[in-house]
Amino acid sequence: MRLFYNLRVSLSQSVLPVLAALLVCSGPARAALDISVVGGDTGAQPIAVAPFATPPDINFDVAGIVEADLVRSGLFTALPRADMLETPSAVNQVDYRNWRAVGMENLVIGSLSRSPKGGVAVRFFLLDVYRGQQVLGFDMPAVTPDQLRVVSHQIADLIYEKLTGTKGYFNTQIAYVTASGYGLARRFELIVADADGYNPRTIAASRETLMSPAWSPDGKKLAYVGYEKGRSAIFIHTLATGELRKLVSERGINGAPVWSPDGSKMIVTLSFETNPDLYLIDIASGQRRRLTDHFAIDVEANFSPDGNTIAFTSDRGGSAQVYLMPTAGGEPRRLTFQGKQNQRPRFSPDGKSIAVVNNDGGRYSIALVDVQTGAMRKLSDGPLDESPSFAPNGAVIIYSTIGRGGAELATVTVDGRVRQRMRQPGEVREPAWGPYSR
Amino acid sequence: MNKNLVLIAALAGLTLAGCASKGSKDAGPNPGAYDNGGISTSGSGADGVGAGSAIGSGTGAAGAYSLDSKTIYFAFDQTDIDSAGQTVVDNYGRYLSSTPAAKVRLEGHADERGSAEYNIALGERRAISVARALKAVGATDAQISVVSYGEERPAAPGHDEAAWAKNRRVEIAQ
Repeated sequence: MRLFYNLRVSLSQSVLPVLAALLVCSGPARAALDISVVGGDTGAQPIAVAPFATPPDINFDVAGIVEADLVRSGLFTALPRADMLETPSAVNQVDYRNWRAVGMENLVIGSLSRSPKGGVAVRFFLLDVYRGQQVLGFDMPAVTPDQLRVVSHQIADLIYEKLTGTKGYFNTQIAYVTASGYGLARRFELIVADADGYNPRTIAASRETLMSPAWSPDGKKLAYVGYEKGRSAIFIHTLATGELRKLVSERGINGAPVWSPDGSKMIVTLSFETNPDLYLIDIASGQRRRLTDHFAIDVEANFSPDGNTIAFTSDRGGSAQVYLMPTAGGEPRRLTFQGKQNQRPRFSPDGKSIAVVNNDGGRYSIALVDVQTGAMRKLSDGPLDESPSFAPNGAVIIYSTIGRGGAELATVTVDGRVRQRMRQPGEVREPAWGPYSR
Repeated sequence: MNKNLVLIAALAGLTLAGCASKGSKDAGPNPGAYDNGGISTSGSGADGVGAGSAIGSGTGAAGAYSLDSKTIYFAFDQTDIDSAGQTVVDNYGRYLSSTPAAKVRLEGHADERGSAEYNIALGERRAISVARALKAVGATDAQISVVSYGEERPAAPGHDEAAWAKNRRVEIAQ
């Protein structure tokens, strides 16, 4: 699914049109991942999202999705609908006293209407309850009813950015791998879904292992590791067309693909020459350059956002730890010293910290390491957490964890305050958060 | 030969059905060559897991060869082969050295702890460790291929040491 949009945000009292074109639309919404939120009440802003006025022939709760997105971020608590003293859908219907009385700071109201061409248009306002003022007002472009989820996420993004100063991440996608069964019955699927777990699409399915999905920086492609008759390979899947390219399949390991920030190159782990080392591959030409040559395991590379530094896992010091190395070449420097092992580094979007899997001798947790100082802060409790991946705004990390029913996904805010679980039957693993839609 | 097949059938009753059918197939090409080596598997199972100990305890001092034991187990983040694993290696090493046309694929695995791609590397390191050990007892490079599945294909479900011990392994496949 590709979404192109172009938003203008304004503080003015008037309603602004949003210029947008929804080029590709997914099928009817369905949720595979069941989401629950833990924490998030302390320090969260109270917000009321009143039900949007909706024509009787449209059965879609835009306000419900907007509210769920905002609450899921952990930065907001929503007023239950039963506690709303009125349900206005236009600014002139609002009696601010009714919202101050229930302790609200912000109020979202809106309405859906049929456009002349048969689409559905959504208009919404974000109102400052104490000042009695409009903060945002938008006419979203008319869409078909099955695109209303996307519009709802766009609205949540606009509200989130206005109130937090940080870009929203609700209209993004995640990739993950599901695995089920044992032995010959084992089956793997590579899935792409909306960030709230809706609209899952199977990108690849195999009886052999699928792993390590990696989004291209433009969000148009997914690289991943697959196996063909027991031989691993790195594939590049173009989402819009389904085109599949085998980038490399040497003898031994072909693993851990990551894209360079400009999308032109990939670092992978190959073991065909001696043992697992890092290789830089030019995607267009296929030409490659060996980046490390060490008898230890070198694996799980990741580019800094400026492309100048590579973080990777190596056990060259005796245990698996995270090292940093200039992309241009040079001696690796060990970054992590805390705990028994540290693995699978992922740079934050601002490049200042690196998420890792930390093994403290018993538990595997997600931790944040300061790139300059090496100071470490744990974000999760384990015991078996792995595969951290940043949301594109850097505020949230998605990772895999073990729940009651087996492997499932979880998210945590980078302050460690709010967590949520995303689960479905079978194992769900290896999440990768996609970039902003363009 | 007949005696061997009977013995294998008996083993099947004591172990998993899957092992038994593979065992019969293994015995097919040239059982005499690696049979009656006097190798007992009764000493296996230092860590108390796996088909090796089951077979050993089932046949005891019968002294049958056993290509049924196809799995070598490892300690956490380690690639050293223990005595039980060495018994499996010795059996297959003899088989391979006496059967030049035979080939094996070594599938390396790790437990679920830690990152998936590091575990792929660890699984390969374990499989290469077994490959070296097989060559030390007479197998050749041409007879051996290696693949790692890391933590992706556990033999045992569960998230505790009992399951992990069964999953840190190299399986010998033909």
